[in-house]
Amino acid sequence: MAEPFGGSRAGEALRAYRLIAGMWIRSSMTYRASFVVTVFGNLLVTGLDFVAILLMFSQVDSLGGWSLPEVAFLYGLSATAFGLADLTFGSMDVLGRRMRDGSFDILLVRPAPVLAQVAADHFALRRLGRITQGVLVLGWGLLTVDVDWTTAKVLLLPVMLVSGGVIFCALFVAGAAFQFLAQDAAEVQNAFTYGGTTLLQYPPTVFGKDFVRGVTFMLPLAFVNWVPAAYVLERPYPLDLPRWTSFASPLVAVACCALAGLAWRAGLRSYRSTGS
Amino acid sequence: MEDEEAMEAMEAMEGAEDTEAFIELDGVEKVFDVRKKTGFLKRERRRVRAVDSISFSVARGEMVGYIGPNGAGKSTTIKMLTGILTPSGGRLRVAGIDPSRERTRLAHRIGVVFGQRTTLWWDLPLLDSYKLMRRMYRIPDTRYRHNLDRLVELLDLSALLDVPVRQLSLGQRMRGDIAAALLHDPEVLYLDEPTIGLDVISKAKVRDFLRELNTERGTTVLLTTHDLQDIEQLCSRVMVIDHGRLMYDGPLAGLHEVGESERTLVVDLERELPPIEAAPARVVRVEGPRQWLAFPAAESAAVLVARIAAEYPLVDLSVREPDIEAVIAKMYAEQAEKADRAEQAGKAIS
Repeated sequence: MAEPFGGSRAGEALRAYRLIAGMWIRSSMTYRASFVVTVFGNLLVTGLDFVAILLMFSQVDSLGGWSLPEVAFLYGLSATAFGLADLTFGSMDVLGRRMRDGSFDILLVRPAPVLAQVAADHFALRRLGRITQGVLVLGWGLLTVDVDWTTAKVLLLPVMLVSGGVIFCALFVAGAAFQFLAQDAAEVQNAFTYGGTTLLQYPPTVFGKDFVRGVTFMLPLAFVNWVPAAYVLERPYPLDLPRWTSFASPLVAVACCALAGLAWRAGLRSYRSTGS
Repeated sequence: MEDEEAMEAMEAMEGAEDTEAFIELDGVEKVFDVRKKTGFLKRERRRVRAVDSISFSVARGEMVGYIGPNGAGKSTTIKMLTGILTPSGGRLRVAGIDPSRERTRLAHRIGVVFGQRTTLWWDLPLLDSYKLMRRMYRIPDTRYRHNLDRLVELLDLSALLDVPVRQLSLGQRMRGDIAAALLHDPEVLYLDEPTIGLDVISKAKVRDFLRELNTERGTTVLLTTHDLQDIEQLCSRVMVIDHGRLMYDGPLAGLHEVGESERTLVVDLERELPPIEAAPARVVRVEGPRQWLAFPAAESAAVLVARIAAEYPLVDLSVREPDIEAVIAKMYAEQAEKADRAEQAGKAIS
């Protein structure tokens, strides 16, 4: 594919994303009442995850050695980062359906990058509900957690949110790429993305060591919150990782994007050479 | 107004630069690996040649019908021409561009209408989809307005622009889709089954429009269809494809010769009579005083009619042109026969 590379290509992608997302927002606004209901529904349903944690803490004082404010901090980071990714790339699971019913071909004859079109597909502002509850829990966690705040710790917060969001975005893209091979694999993707954010809402100490290893090195979700949060909360590092890894999240995010991009290209190429 | 004239002059120049071979295929192939489930996890792999070494070229401004049975390779060809699929072999150029390599660049120069899918936004008024096209294709304002006005007029869309697409009938939606594909002045329009599922009036509207588009703007049109009337009414050139091979490429009339087609003379006699004898015509059906006679398409109907009128009490008559569907079916049958014979000859030798 000899599409223009570099800045102009990214610009084109952003432009296409904006145009298509705008169309979906207007589409959802045609059912205004339904939109309002789904925003609140989304807020409540995603908030139930935290209610579950609150219920646990009504019975115990700590979870894997972590206090409620600390767990709220982890939860808020994971939910907000995931919410950002879910808002921007969360509809990629409709790709399989589009391939099955043939409407994917329509995206391919438009003069715009396909990934941007697929990412913006079914763009839904109701997903702001998830971000909202994540931010609320994170805010509460920050207010109540017992931390000696330093400049580095404060600066690390936005870095964690953005890197975490990007890691989840890469996961969505990789999942979409997998759908080129198995077009009914949307649920596999959901297991990694939605499942991933749920497990990151709990401290690493409640999981087995092998599992944590997998989530650190294979599917580097640990860099969304576990590893950098260990620095902020001055907790032991999972798997005795060196201290600098707390600041490695952006690098991990970039690496994830590169891999996901390659997977996407390979997937698209296989579609265009085998068809369906 | 001056702008438009200048634009038209520019288009005329563009048109002059390469008059022949706007679309060019040379030995184009497409091979699919089809995996078939044979057990719980076992899969059988099979190679399928969806398009098997097809070569043809289409000049600028031509209107070509691309026909064949289901699974013949029509859609696969269209998908390769639009850059959706990459050919497995051969050379393919549209407006000098290799579609699969420069998909987005080509997209600005082609229009595509898939009969059974829509590019329109389901929940939004029709006009919103057009506004998106304007921005996505970066259509200059004056040109957009000019094209939209023209398309709305020709396709009778003025009452529909503010209607959400989900409320449109199939025929209305199809016209809406065709307009969406033409706002950016594509040089070639691909239509995949444009009249599928439409009622008679909608079909007529779509056909009238396509004819006008072709003569007025000189847009090259390539359409696949199951409806042979589309071809009869629109296309001077027909390509027949089967099993991925081009079986016929030429004028519609020539298809009849190749298929040795027959015309039908329907005569109404005064009363019931035994079958008329008038070789080379033969009676194929009798129903009361009405008789159907088949005769070779190349024979003159006038001579035959004169002979019958002289010998029989004729009340009324009509001549029916051969049905292309029958012609194509006959062509397939002959090909199959030839293949059989070749196979048997092969067996005899070995």
